[in-house]
Amino acid sequence: MIVAKRKPFEEIKNLLKGYRKVLNVGCGTCVAVCLVGGEKEVAVLNAELDMARKLEENPVEMGAITVERQCDMEYLEILDSMVDEYEALLSMACGAGIQFLAERYPAKPVLPAVDTTFLGVNQTVGWYEERCRSCSSCVLGLTGGICPVTMCAKGLYNGPCGGTNKGSCEIDKNQPCAWYQIYERLKAQNRLDCILEITPPSEWQNQIPRTVIQPGYKKQEKK
Amino acid sequence: MKSGSNLEKILTAGHFAFTGELGPPRGTDADEVRKKASYLKGMVDAVNITDNQTAVVRMASWAASIIVIQEGLEPNYQMVCRDRNRLAMQSDILGAYALGIRNMLCLSGDHQKFGDHPQAKGVFDIDSMQLIGMVKKMRDEGKFLGGTEIGHPPKIFIGAAANPFADPFEWRVHRLAKKIKAGVDFIQTQCIYNMEKFRTWVKQANDMGLTEKVYLLAGVTPMKSVGMAKYMKNNVPGMDVPDELIKRLQGVDKKMQADEGIKIACEQIEEFRQLKGVAGVHLMAIEWEHKVPEIAERAKMLPRPVV
Repeated sequence: MIVAKRKPFEEIKNLLKGYRKVLNVGCGTCVAVCLVGGEKEVAVLNAELDMARKLEENPVEMGAITVERQCDMEYLEILDSMVDEYEALLSMACGAGIQFLAERYPAKPVLPAVDTTFLGVNQTVGWYEERCRSCSSCVLGLTGGICPVTMCAKGLYNGPCGGTNKGSCEIDKNQPCAWYQIYERLKAQNRLDCILEITPPSEWQNQIPRTVIQPGYKKQEKK
Repeated sequence: MKSGSNLEKILTAGHFAFTGELGPPRGTDADEVRKKASYLKGMVDAVNITDNQTAVVRMASWAASIIVIQEGLEPNYQMVCRDRNRLAMQSDILGAYALGIRNMLCLSGDHQKFGDHPQAKGVFDIDSMQLIGMVKKMRDEGKFLGGTEIGHPPKIFIGAAANPFADPFEWRVHRLAKKIKAGVDFIQTQCIYNMEKFRTWVKQANDMGLTEKVYLLAGVTPMKSVGMAKYMKNNVPGMDVPDELIKRLQGVDKKMQADEGIKIACEQIEEFRQLKGVAGVHLMAIEWEHKVPEIAERAKMLPRPVV
């Protein structure tokens, strides 16, 4: 899932400075699961903003709605009849959702309430870790299911480097060396031949905005 | 001859090579480079010019390399993958060669987190293995990584590092094999203190026929003090400092610890000279360049052969 964290309150408050009526739009998918931008978090943030602005004797009227997914126009439709009432929209979705919201309502200021952080996993409730950089050329088949692009601090394709430190990365004793782990896992699977060959330089594909059109579909007129 | 560098000539003639190291200044004073070079001149066959080592900004390694050439020393131009992408790397290589640089050491580079700009974006467009392959392609095929022709390709003697001590130990020799496959001509190892482990590693390399395909230079850094030995043991990733070495330094008077450190280094060099598979020594006398003449003398590395 996409993991985000809420921006510092002062920063959000600053973004809303000058607006008196703002609609806070949550997202019911990834950011709801990682406890940052779902219905509950929208309510909490609105309450905080409401209180802070009252104390400043500069009240703000915060509206609240959480859509199924902000990255899907179908679910944004519901907002069409609401946005006119507001001066600005605050989004608690990931960066993709925020941009889609801004794309649908180009005349409205759309402001982010979260910092989108990574594509990761849920270790346990409230604890998330990065696992994928969406590089567009997956090598997990060669590396024992451990991503060197994400999990190696240098993103090395032919590791480990000389800084590997008794199973840890040189940057931090608590950060495992990805290449040490790759070696151990492939060894246990008797597949070390996977990393005996040199992996050639990556043909980076994440340098421009990417588009995916699945087989059987084609680019259609945007709604 | 692949490059015709002095280092290549020394090694191909079968001499036991001796290389040194020089760290460029954190400023623009060329005299600092000249001063360090003056200690090394005539003492070593080539001198490594480090590239923003420990991720701290310093004078560009190619620029310091040129100053060193002007002083009559041969540089071994270090390049790390941390600070530049494949375009910058290749253009730097062209410029370096045009100005007379003939040896290069291809490295990943310490993580930027250690340096004076910990929030810098680490580039790592390609890794050290891929850098070796790129320089080889430029030299042997006369082509850029992207495939287009190079006018007057750079003829570089290609070096890389090896750490025989980092875990997993069993993998180290295979990593050396990969670097050879990528096209490396010579290897300089991490500082060696654990001689037993090093012997095991060299034996593995000999058994796999690797030392016939690459010139292996054993890395030596003399300990200046017990404090330095303890710091290296506990704080420098990938370093293997046995307790016996620390005990030996502790066994002498504090004033004599640096001398004892040099003595240990000389004993190591003596052994490397006899060790099958080792083609030379790389002396990393960190901020101790002025001691290099004494160490070279005591290690019986002088005079340096002329080929």
